[in-house]
Amino acid sequence: MRNAELNEMSYLTRAPISLDALLAEVSSPACGGTCLFLGTVRDGPDEHGVTAIEYSAYEEMVEAEFGRLLADARDRWPEARIAVRHRLGTIPVGEASIAIVAAAPHRAQAFEACRYVIEEVKRRVPVWKKELRVDGSEIWVDPSGRPIPHPAHG
Amino acid sequence: MDTATPARVRVLFFARYAELVGRSEVAVSLPLPATVGDVVRRVRQDFPGGQALPERPLAAVNLKQAKLEARVQDGDEVALLPPIAGG
Repeated sequence: MRNAELNEMSYLTRAPISLDALLAEVSSPACGGTCLFLGTVRDGPDEHGVTAIEYSAYEEMVEAEFGRLLADARDRWPEARIAVRHRLGTIPVGEASIAIVAAAPHRAQAFEACRYVIEEVKRRVPVWKKELRVDGSEIWVDPSGRPIPHPAHG
Repeated sequence: MDTATPARVRVLFFARYAELVGRSEVAVSLPLPATVGDVVRRVRQDFPGGQALPERPLAAVNLKQAKLEARVQDGDEVALLPPIAGG
């Protein structure tokens, strides 16, 4: 599936993530606790002037991997209802790149399922980010090591 | 599968790896039996910029992470994945 074909059933979006839509997906009278995790683009003391992050992905595999990951989560927390969106493209500082909502009958499962999904995303879902900095430089982010400098262009 | 027939495999590059080889996709033919590691060796030898790729990158076969020792078949889609940085 390529970008142009992304549809509303996809786990990917290029538009700002709609939290209302995600919350509606998991809403259920049987669920008494809902946990929302947002990952947002950061420009902290260690980021050296990040203005935005450009997210790219192996989109077909992201869809497949999210399917497997959510099936694993359902095995662990059968009563939980989980929805997730990952945003791609250039995302400015402060905006969300990922949103995960987990609703369950009780809060413990909601927190656990939500935590499980974000940790598995970090491990399994093929998404990459390039930091765009104030000085015009671009840096591929390698969570396993140091950032890799990339010559600025255009 | 006739092992005498070379397998044709589609190899995809993403993010930094696509920049290193200057393209996002190549086709590789290699004799069977062959592994993901054989595909990586072939790409590193045969394509400009291929040497810049790591010898043991993270890889996926047909949309699923695979070890370098995993076998490939004719028609497989092999992807070489830079360190995952999602979320």
